[in-house]
Amino acid sequence: MSIRTVGRHFRESGKSLTRNGWMTFASVSAVTVTLLLVGVFFVIMMNLNHIAENIQKDVEIRVHLDPAADDHNKDLIGKKIEQISAVDTVAFSPKEKELTNLIDEMGEDGKTFELFEQDNPLNDVYVVKTKKPTDVVKTAKQIEKFQYVQSVKYGQGYVEKMFDVVNVARNIGIVLILGLLFTAMFLISNTIKITIVARRREIEIMRLVGATNSFIRWPFFLEGAWLGILGSILPIAFIAVAYSYIYDFASPRIKIKFVELLHFNPFIWQISLILLLIGAVIGVWGSLMSVRKFLKV
Amino acid sequence: MFMIEMSEVYKTYPNGVSAINGISVKINKGEFVYVVGPSGAGKSTFIKMMYREEKPTKGSITVNGIQLSKLRNTKVPIFRRNLGVVFQDFKLLPTLTVYENVAFAMEVIEEHPKQIKKRVMEVLDLVGLKHKARMVPTELSGGEQQRVSIARSIVNSPQVVIADEPTGNLDPETSWEIMNILEEINNRGTTIVMATHNRDIVNNLKRRVIAIDNGKIVRDEQRGEYGYEY
Ligand SMILES: Nc1ncnc2c1ncn2[C@@H]1O[C@H](COP(=O)(O)OP(=O)(O)OP(=O)(O)O)[C@@H](O)[C@H]1O
Ligand SMILES: [Mg+2]
Repeated sequence: MSIRTVGRHFRESGKSLTRNGWMTFASVSAVTVTLLLVGVFFVIMMNLNHIAENIQKDVEIRVHLDPAADDHNKDLIGKKIEQISAVDTVAFSPKEKELTNLIDEMGEDGKTFELFEQDNPLNDVYVVKTKKPTDVVKTAKQIEKFQYVQSVKYGQGYVEKMFDVVNVARNIGIVLILGLLFTAMFLISNTIKITIVARRREIEIMRLVGATNSFIRWPFFLEGAWLGILGSILPIAFIAVAYSYIYDFASPRIKIKFVELLHFNPFIWQISLILLLIGAVIGVWGSLMSVRKFLKV
Repeated sequence: MFMIEMSEVYKTYPNGVSAINGISVKINKGEFVYVVGPSGAGKSTFIKMMYREEKPTKGSITVNGIQLSKLRNTKVPIFRRNLGVVFQDFKLLPTLTVYENVAFAMEVIEEHPKQIKKRVMEVLDLVGLKHKARMVPTELSGGEQQRVSIARSIVNSPQVVIADEPTGNLDPETSWEIMNILEEINNRGTTIVMATHNRDIVNNLKRRVIAIDNGKIVRDEQRGEYGYEY
């Protein structure tokens, strides 16, 4: 295809957008509404995901060693844990350190524990982190079977539940977003279909004088892309502005551990790019769907 | 070699109507052929199969050396570049000017702009509408619109022009203007196949006449008469 032809296709797609002003408006509005909803969902989901990741990253397995284990046994356990492929880091924390940690954490109440300094009732502990948070449960069960391991603690019940919640939230979000996208494609393909019925004659004549299908399709392809791109402008602008306000307002005020918003940059660029691409894809798809049945040779 | 050749062609539409019931015909390069017959005889169907708007249910068709049954769908546009088609209802684009309507057929096959300009003015001159190049179809009379449509059909210098009742919507005088143009195109070597109900034209501008009735050729004469009373 020559540059000249490319130019023609661009001109034709532009002409058609302006000539079918109301249809353009309707399609662009459909994309705008959809992308606004999709964008808001995305922002919420990605932030939830971020928080969940923070929490998950913090999940660790605490391996309590049997007091009967001697230094040699302890070393051996440490080595065995390191050999598990899912394990990222292993740190040894002797019972003296455990006690000081406990006293520190308890603050004033902890003073009473100082009595135990002579006769420490705590265990030596290995603190294990896995490469992937989801491997925690499996790895803990594995370590539990080792000799001289008294018990493993990783927030049993709580960790499993959290993974479930994150998964369910993610799946609901994906289903909602897909539903919205299909609705938008349907709306676009219908609005374009109306403009195409009016252009049926033009397509018929193009085919009579020997235009190839791809030649006929190109302006529609571009037109769909324009509709999608135009439709993504408002949602992108809205989300960028709103998010920067929310970020500036909320970030300094959140004091809960693990809970933090994704930083404005590069997050907003990613979201904008995603919305732009989604817009273009649904526009093109809707447009090509509606031109398809006129091209049966 | 023949320009158009059909052998034992049948056409039954999906709704069960059999429009063509065994037609074999040979049309030479440079011939001028009238296709006549009563309404519903199958003239349009006969013609549509030549430019592959319809496919025969049975039989073989060769146009300009191309065997249409072997022509893949994607190659149909390329095939059509070798023939011009003219209709009773002109099929012009109302938003484009006369010039643009004709140039359209060349843009679509990606001709060079300089070439387009030169050639479009040439054919507009041939049909006598050079001075109305900037008008839109609604500003033209029926005969003028048909002349634009003929200009468009020949702008890519096709081997064959296929016309389905090109004078069907025109008064006798205007019809003769159109015939003069088609005759001129024929004189320059282009094969012309034209379905018509116009007795006056067929009987006065004598050419080969193929008469169709009930989907069959009932008469095929050089310099024939219109014949029937319809
Ligand atoms: N697309 C179609 N689907 C079904 N039947 C059709 C179709 N086109 C034509 N026919 C039928 O085929 C037969 C021949 O039609 P055709 O249009 O070829 O006749 P014609 O000779 O051109 O008539 P006219 O002089 O009125 O234009 C008719 O019975 C018509 O009803
Ligand atoms: Mg007919």
